Amino acid sequence: MSIPRDFNLLLSNLSIDKVGVEERVARFQTRSIKNEAKHQGLKMVLNMIDLTTLEGKDTPGKVRQMCYKAHHLHDTHSGIPSVAAVCVYPTMVGIAKEALKNTSVKVASVSTAFPAGQSSMEVKLTDTRLAVDRGADEIDMVISRGKFLAGEYAFVFDEIAAIKEACGPARLKVILETGELSTLDNVRKASEIAILAGADFIKTSTGKIQPAATMQVTYTMLMAIKDHYDKTGLMVGMKPAGGISTSKLALHNLVMVKEILGSAWLSNEWFRFGASSLANDVLMQLLKLESGRYQSSDYFTID
Amino acid sequence: MEILKTYKIYIGGSFPRTESGRYYPLKSSRGETIANLCLSSRKDVRNAVVAARKAFGTWSEKTAFNRGQILYRIAEILEGRKGQFFEELIKQGIGRKAAEKEVQASIDCLVYYAGWADKYVAVASSVNPVSSNHFNFSTLEPMGVVGIIAPQESSLLGLVSMLIPALCGGNTAIVLASENLPLCAVTFAEVLHASDVPGGVVNLLTGSIHETAPVLAAHMDVNALVSEDIGELGKSLSIACVDNLKRYIQYSSGITQGLQEIIELQEVKTTWHPIEKIGGATSTY
Repeated sequence: MSIPRDFNLLLSNLSIDKVGVEERVARFQTRSIKNEAKHQGLKMVLNMIDLTTLEGKDTPGKVRQMCYKAHHLHDTHSGIPSVAAVCVYPTMVGIAKEALKNTSVKVASVSTAFPAGQSSMEVKLTDTRLAVDRGADEIDMVISRGKFLAGEYAFVFDEIAAIKEACGPARLKVILETGELSTLDNVRKASEIAILAGADFIKTSTGKIQPAATMQVTYTMLMAIKDHYDKTGLMVGMKPAGGISTSKLALHNLVMVKEILGSAWLSNEWFRFGASSLANDVLMQLLKLESGRYQSSDYFTID
Repeated sequence: MEILKTYKIYIGGSFPRTESGRYYPLKSSRGETIANLCLSSRKDVRNAVVAARKAFGTWSEKTAFNRGQILYRIAEILEGRKGQFFEELIKQGIGRKAAEKEVQASIDCLVYYAGWADKYVAVASSVNPVSSNHFNFSTLEPMGVVGIIAPQESSLLGLVSMLIPALCGGNTAIVLASENLPLCAVTFAEVLHASDVPGGVVNLLTGSIHETAPVLAAHMDVNALVSEDIGELGKSLSIACVDNLKRYIQYSSGITQGLQEIIELQEVKTTWHPIEKIGGATSTY
């Protein structure tokens, strides 16, 4: 895809009212979700999770174990959905793919020299093809934050477009790493570039940098998706990742998605949570709702 | 003009009000309101358990000697605030002599368990004779998070004598204070707060035990429950304790003191360590 003619115009006038964002976000957090609504909401959250392990110490054994957990979240209890996908490094894609055959769980792979993205275009393309060739259904790429902050927006655009092409049928999630972009204006600008360059999903963070998926940042990105949809009628997915570890916060995020984008986005085709410890907290809340007893982490798997 | 104290609850090292926003008045024998106290809810219990679980690692991993020092420190701080406890005990309706005796006994109790902190494991552990090539030994480990339903009729000494053996053994605790005599309990939480006890090791709630104790008994993340004999309520609590095999200790008297009180809240870990040979006159290890 080539850069649109009015690219620079599209990126100007995108200033965000930070105080307004904070007020609106605070209002989402006052919603009280109880009983049946909470029950359904929690199950929906589970089904939207990308169970993630992105560590230097990952081994095939750990990845297989996580894949097993992805579709056996809590076997002693019936009616619990599987998660949406597992997210691993490219070298682990083959193992995850093998472990998840005959299930609905997708395999996502990070690429483009994750998490820093400090490498050449060639290496990033090879990295992406490696993951796709091994069977990744989804690719999570990182943008070049250094170039973005230096104002080289066209470079960032071209990079995303090239990776999108290398993805083939795999869906592309573009990680903005909002913790390094410093302002909400930048978050909005980066969202815009990613969407124009062909991202299927935009994603907040790698999980390696704090702050990660704050509600303010997610809100700003959701608004970019909404404006794009209003203009073109095309849907883009959203994935907050990092820092969402409690059910309450996850439910607040769902409320926000529903109220900004509407029900069409409330499925794992268009909305995901990138998290590793969220699943257990949601399971504990779910069992508390059903049994009336507060639960203990002693009775749930250690990820 | 007298400034009345606001009695708050103690969770995770801070003094919040109950999340429920409910209160109950405490009356003197003459019917005057002495104070308003938090009527804690099940969500306060939940928060307290989370805080206690989080603090368990740091507290249980402190050296036994250090835990003893901290218990002794509580005694020191309590000594310095004697006056306030006398007044509160008298407000709650006992005579000056009895009040002095109760505070003194509480301080003695703290010093007693401070002494045990680095000794009970040695006294209660054992090397066991076994008929195989193993060096076999048993030692004690803290149970984890302990719920304590403080004695209803003894405001300070009852609470101290039930709580301190749990702490001495490396457990963290959620204390449900006496409903009708809660003043000293909240002030004791302030003493703990000033005594190097890390936040979350002790969490204290005021209110109705009929409301909060069942939540604590059913909570899967609480490992043991301690109370005095509380009749029918005790029976229903012991049923609620079954699901996670929670140990429930009911003392016939609210005030007891001894090594056994520490050991009741410990798990025994036995290790089988392979050795070359058994028997013979000489030691093989």
